[in-house]
Amino acid sequence: MNILDFGNAFFSDSAHWHGYDGIPQRFWEHVQYSLLALAVAAAIGLPVGLLTGHTGRGGNALALIANAARALPSFGLLVLAVLSIGFGLLPVMIPLVVLAVPPILVTTYEAVRSVDPSPVDAARGMGMHESRILLQVELPVALPLILSGLRSAAIQIVSTATIAAYVSLGGLGRYIVDGLYQRDYEKVVGGATLVAVLALITLAVFWAAGRFAVSPGVRRR
Amino acid sequence: MNGFFDIPSDLQHSWAGLIGLHLRESLLPVAAGLLLALPLAQLCVRFRWLYPPVLGLTTVLYAVPSLAFFVVLIDYTGQTELTVMIPLAVYSLVVLIPAIVDGVRSVPQETLAAATAMGFGPVRRYLQVQLPIAAPAIMAGLRVATVSSISLVSVGALIGNQGALGNLLAAAQKYDRPELAVNAVVTMAVLAILCDALLVLLRVLLTPWMPRGAHRRAAAPREQLTPEGVTR
Repeated sequence: MNILDFGNAFFSDSAHWHGYDGIPQRFWEHVQYSLLALAVAAAIGLPVGLLTGHTGRGGNALALIANAARALPSFGLLVLAVLSIGFGLLPVMIPLVVLAVPPILVTTYEAVRSVDPSPVDAARGMGMHESRILLQVELPVALPLILSGLRSAAIQIVSTATIAAYVSLGGLGRYIVDGLYQRDYEKVVGGATLVAVLALITLAVFWAAGRFAVSPGVRRR
Repeated sequence: MNGFFDIPSDLQHSWAGLIGLHLRESLLPVAAGLLLALPLAQLCVRFRWLYPPVLGLTTVLYAVPSLAFFVVLIDYTGQTELTVMIPLAVYSLVVLIPAIVDGVRSVPQETLAAATAMGFGPVRRYLQVQLPIAAPAIMAGLRVATVSSISLVSVGALIGNQGALGNLLAAAQKYDRPELAVNAVVTMAVLAILCDALLVLLRVLLTPWMPRGAHRRAAAPREQLTPEGVTR
């Protein structure tokens, strides 16, 4: 098993565990890029999705925008951003955010829209304010689906944040890009394994968040 | 706009040639993924316990960055188109399998019973009843897989001129000609939108019994709506 040997060689070399090019450092950088991109994308996608889902208007426009954003190639956006802005964190964040907004936006919209209308009507009949209806009735019911949208976006970000290394930033992509140019397959396999591990950790975090945040009444359905 | 379509000669293709190459490198993997996903999904429908592990495995494979996938495959398939197409086919599975499984599972029990009562065997029932009813869900999955595949081919440029239109991105950096990068991004986006529109048209043709206007919502990409499947 070629790939397993490469991976084993990478992880058992103690030089890979220390310093600025060590696994802990690169892992942490990767987590930082991913969290930042996810936070920005959520800050854009969640409010817009919640509001449009609540009013039920603008769904077609949303689908159109999301589809157009999906059609933009991340790698192309990165090169374009670097050529026009120069090196730095911003040109990496642009493709990552463009990548992550559509799933968050579309899922949030659909989640809020597909909430059973009878409890919403009941809340309105009890005199609840629209903002309270959205936050206290619709949001808890829609939460599992909203979380699945965020999770899908997070996985894509984690996997794509490797392109940061292509424009000389850090992160786990460093191993993959450096390994490619140094013809060092151990590094490439090691980097890919670490990204996959981070994706699994992301899945676990979202599973735990779902357990913690989704009310038991909604979960049982 | 000067030299917008003036492709450097080391790419060995004209602009139209790059488009053809790009379509081949992105659409063939989706077709292969579909051929692979149909029997796999059928197995998952038949044996329910198989579905979670299959989904988990495809998700983990999906999380492997495309560049790493390419580099590892160079060892086996060399710097060829195949090296780019194999990962894309694997990625398409993570969208297609849940789409097909959900679609086939959504066929009502009465419909299946009616088909059986009419004397349909399992194969005929699958081909003539289950697949057509699942067609909208499958097409929704195909749309997402196709669009993402078209965008991912460009990463192939990093392993040496295997990215079709993505090679323009590398050339834009090498020769400091940003207009080539604009050309690449715009062309890929237009290709993706056109293929998407064609698939919508195909779905309308394949499912003539569906009301056209009212069915808008189901036709929209619904991949994120499956709470179990991590999909793009």
